[in-house]
Amino acid sequence: MPDALDFEQPLLELENRITALQAEDSPRARDEIPRLEERLARLRQRTYASLTAWQRTQLARHPRRPHTRDFFRLLFEDFVELHGDRLYGDDAAIVGGLARFGERRVVVIGQQKGRDTREKLARNFGMPHPEGYRKALRLMQLADKFAKPVITLVDTPGAYPGIGAEERGQAEAIARNLRGMAALGVPLIAVVTGEGGSGGALAIGMGNRVLMLEYAVYSVISPEGCAAILWGDAGKAPEAAESMKITAPDLLRLGVIDTIVPEPLGGAHRDWEGAARHLREALRAELGALAGRSRETLVAERYDKFRRIGAFEETAMPAPGA
Amino acid sequence: MPWFKRKTDGSEGKASTVQIAEGLWIKCDSCKEIIYRAEVERAGRACPKCHYPFRISARERIALLADPGSFEERDTNLETTDPLGFKDTKKYRDRVRAAAQKTRTDEAVVTGLARIGGLPSVLCAFEFGFLGGSMGSVVGEKLARAIELAIDKHVPVVIVSASGGARMQEGILSLMQMAKTSAALERLGARRLPYVSVLTDPTTGGVTASFAMLGDVILAEPRALIGFAGPRVIAETIRQPLPEGFQRSEFLLAHGQIDAIVDRRELKETLRRILAFFADRPSAAG
Repeated sequence: MPDALDFEQPLLELENRITALQAEDSPRARDEIPRLEERLARLRQRTYASLTAWQRTQLARHPRRPHTRDFFRLLFEDFVELHGDRLYGDDAAIVGGLARFGERRVVVIGQQKGRDTREKLARNFGMPHPEGYRKALRLMQLADKFAKPVITLVDTPGAYPGIGAEERGQAEAIARNLRGMAALGVPLIAVVTGEGGSGGALAIGMGNRVLMLEYAVYSVISPEGCAAILWGDAGKAPEAAESMKITAPDLLRLGVIDTIVPEPLGGAHRDWEGAARHLREALRAELGALAGRSRETLVAERYDKFRRIGAFEETAMPAPGA
Repeated sequence: MPWFKRKTDGSEGKASTVQIAEGLWIKCDSCKEIIYRAEVERAGRACPKCHYPFRISARERIALLADPGSFEERDTNLETTDPLGFKDTKKYRDRVRAAAQKTRTDEAVVTGLARIGGLPSVLCAFEFGFLGGSMGSVVGEKLARAIELAIDKHVPVVIVSASGGARMQEGILSLMQMAKTSAALERLGARRLPYVSVLTDPTTGGVTASFAMLGDVILAEPRALIGFAGPRVIAETIRQPLPEGFQRSEFLLAHGQIDAIVDRRELKETLRRILAFFADRPSAAG
């Protein structure tokens, strides 16, 4: 398999040996294969049970990982893509539209990275401009108007840091989305499917429920950016990834996400269908749980959810100015 | 994407306030004139020649805006629990304590009730000297409580920002404070209570991308750096020099992102007029 990550190499070597033996089809091979397969299973179990934060980051960014449009295709029917922010342009780094999820009609939105070089450029590597965030909010408010739940898939290195983005109000667009999501009278379910890159991720991520795929990461700054600030060396990203607590189990512990959606062994890139099946089950459960709640309840619950997030203690009041 | 990097070289960091604390004469960062320190103080810590506003502390800001004796500070007793156990060259908690000692402020924002030109409000001012005014759990909590206090007291909110953005040492929890503060402002707005955001040098990153850009009225001080991504991050990303005046208040005004640029000497009176406008609510009285 091309695009193999370093820690996947030993697994691939075993797989290749098994494939070679299968082709050989000798008595010796038939003897050897079950033994190797058992070893492979054990090694795989061990490797994926002890992934570091940096290895998870690599999985989250894996070039073959299913992207937003892949999940759209695997999860939803009758998709109609809707374009544009009605103000300035259409940002291909965010896709969204109308869809059917089982019996439910839903609005779906997500950042879209590109697969090949051409698509990557067209989609700006999944880094949205203000137009993308404004399109996302427009679609959320469309869903609100017609009482349909919203599902967002978060997968972005971050909002694009560029001249045009600043001129057209990147910060304002993200801020407005946060306030807009706080007011949404329909269920909003956000799923971090790959990379949750900071404000550019949160800008579509203020869900009543926030889900995260098992090997996805979500952070305030990229490990490379953090390492550059702390140690003046982006190469220390693996250390930064560890200290920032960016993995799904970390975020569950910190109260930032509600549920971890399991991935197939080896990661979503090895089995798209399997990844989609787990996500489908999780979404069905969450949508079912939120169905029938009033607008007021949904807004109040979302408020309380984010109001609670944070880590501080209240000490005795110190003397003024102390 | 590292969108809230702070740095210490020319375009973002300014050492002028340090100079002010020392000699009798100082050099203005903006017009390079040699100016008399007492005159700077009289001008509200701005250059008497070109009116460039120097960075000031949260306490100085409150003294500038609140009617004398009117400020009632709130929530000075919140402390981070260092949720990530974060350590670079120093432990995070040691950094916080050092910052508190240096600035004589409990955290990167000071919040409380105040009167501005006689009008009651909740006034919040950022302390840039406290870890670059960065927003962690305590800053988010103090702001949310301040906004909820305004709802409770039925008064407007004024937030004066000066911040590099989210606080890296609290990781994802810092990011979530953007959601918390924006949601609180949504609630304030739903009660038809006004919020005036004042952007000062510098306001970037997750602070700009949340409460700072959500004002019913957004004011800025002259020549303040205001943006989402820091200029160095943008320059590194696009590999091009940035245009003259990029991400300064005047640039934002020209691009329709803020309502007005207000000279520091006029700031209090401008706020009073705005608050008076919104306080005039005959139909809402009943």
